[in-house]
Amino acid sequence: MSVHSVVEAGREAKSPDRARHGVVDCDVHPAPALPSELAPFLSERWRKHIQNYGIRLAGQPTTAMVPYPRMAPGNGMRMDSWPPNGGFPASDLDFMRQQLLDACNIEFGILQPLTGGSTTTNLELGAAICQATNEWQLEKWTRRDQRLKAAICVPQEDPETAVALIDRYAANRDFAHIAIPTRTMEPFGRKRYWPIFEAAERHDLPICMHAPAFGYHCNTPTGWVSYYIEEHVAFANPPQTVITSLIFEGVLERFPRLKIVLVEGGFAWAPPLAWRMDNHWSRMRDEVPQVKRPPSQYLRQNFWFTTQPIEEPERPAELLDTIRWMGAGRLMFSTDYPHWDFDDPARTFNYGLSEKDREAIFRGNAISLFRLHGE
Amino acid sequence: MSRYVVAKVGEIAAGQRKFVTAGGRAIGVFNVNGEYFALLNRCPHQGAQLCSGMLTAMIESSGPGEYTLDAQRQMLRCPWHGWEFDIRTGQSWCDPSRLRVKTYPVSVETGGELVKGPYVAETYRVTVEDDYIVVET
Repeated sequence: MSVHSVVEAGREAKSPDRARHGVVDCDVHPAPALPSELAPFLSERWRKHIQNYGIRLAGQPTTAMVPYPRMAPGNGMRMDSWPPNGGFPASDLDFMRQQLLDACNIEFGILQPLTGGSTTTNLELGAAICQATNEWQLEKWTRRDQRLKAAICVPQEDPETAVALIDRYAANRDFAHIAIPTRTMEPFGRKRYWPIFEAAERHDLPICMHAPAFGYHCNTPTGWVSYYIEEHVAFANPPQTVITSLIFEGVLERFPRLKIVLVEGGFAWAPPLAWRMDNHWSRMRDEVPQVKRPPSQYLRQNFWFTTQPIEEPERPAELLDTIRWMGAGRLMFSTDYPHWDFDDPARTFNYGLSEKDREAIFRGNAISLFRLHGE
Repeated sequence: MSRYVVAKVGEIAAGQRKFVTAGGRAIGVFNVNGEYFALLNRCPHQGAQLCSGMLTAMIESSGPGEYTLDAQRQMLRCPWHGWEFDIRTGQSWCDPSRLRVKTYPVSVETGGELVKGPYVAETYRVTVEDDYIVVET
């Protein structure tokens, strides 16, 4: 037995080689260091309004920004994600580079801002917040790091303004998608939203629908649940309504090139949902003659799913069965940085995927869907 | 099996921790109310630096409306996904049969004892008058 001296531990050694090529992360949440950071992108009229009246978000049981506080401090942040120079997690580009983009070999990061414009009850204020968030993403993130791709934030309950914003930003390839929450005021296939689908298809822009934590309705159809753990499980519910509504309203016949990405709502529930839809459709298709094909076909053609928080069955092979049914082309890797349930690309899906499927999920699917390597 | 002098007694106050590398392993050394514990600083789930997580008292419930909080039983909670490990045993709370984080025996020894042997600490200055925290890997 020997007695050794020690040296102070530095940062832990880097994990072994991750993917040979860069990874595309489809769910990165950039944050303002302080709420006032968006102010320069708002007009004096809305700055004054926010100062005097605040921002009222729809469908919230409280006036807090997040209806279910969790993982203090910061409501659900990875504890090591607070930037050493201060500010909120994911508000400091240099630290984001160090902790996410460089450390995890991220070739592209798709931004999903959660500034709440799309669910602000005052529609004009909501539009102003969306517009400010769009400019802020360019100024603070995408112009400073070409790996980051912005979201066109829109007030979907005011489709005319939403379309105007899409038309304004679509040609700028710093924007990769249109961001809309899953809990819209009406089921998402309803006609009021069709102008948005027309614009999305015209510009070949996917619509990313982030499941947590905002929306116009309760987190479950019977009301607000008691615990954060229930809220987290409930992220899987609204995306199912998005899918059934878009399919049965005939939206995907009218807009066959529409691309819907369901972000952070899971995906293992999708096959049984499709089986239920196909089963009912085979008996009741005369109720919805606009639906020309089995619903599962639309699911496999018009929808994509991001991986985090990935379902983790005891036997991983069961998840592989799910992926086999859906096709690896439907799935796109995401970390959810800087949130507490972050998935590290080097340690997610470490089982049984073929090299081809792995490449598709971690990179290829997103590169072609978001046109990240040009047209 | 090797033994490493990682700190002088008094250097890690009660409730505090120190990050060290011993035998090439990143280890967190904790002082919990005067008792020392050492665990591998790597969560078996996704590899986060486990030892930078929060220490929380064990809370259990025998049924709805009933709960007990056992301040003696401290759980180390991973800073990423919140997986909890018993600081004494390294045993996982959520998957105790399959998951455990490596723990290391910790002892307090006098400088007098440490300098006696042929294997004197090389760079950590050990003096006869002081007491030291020693981790065995």
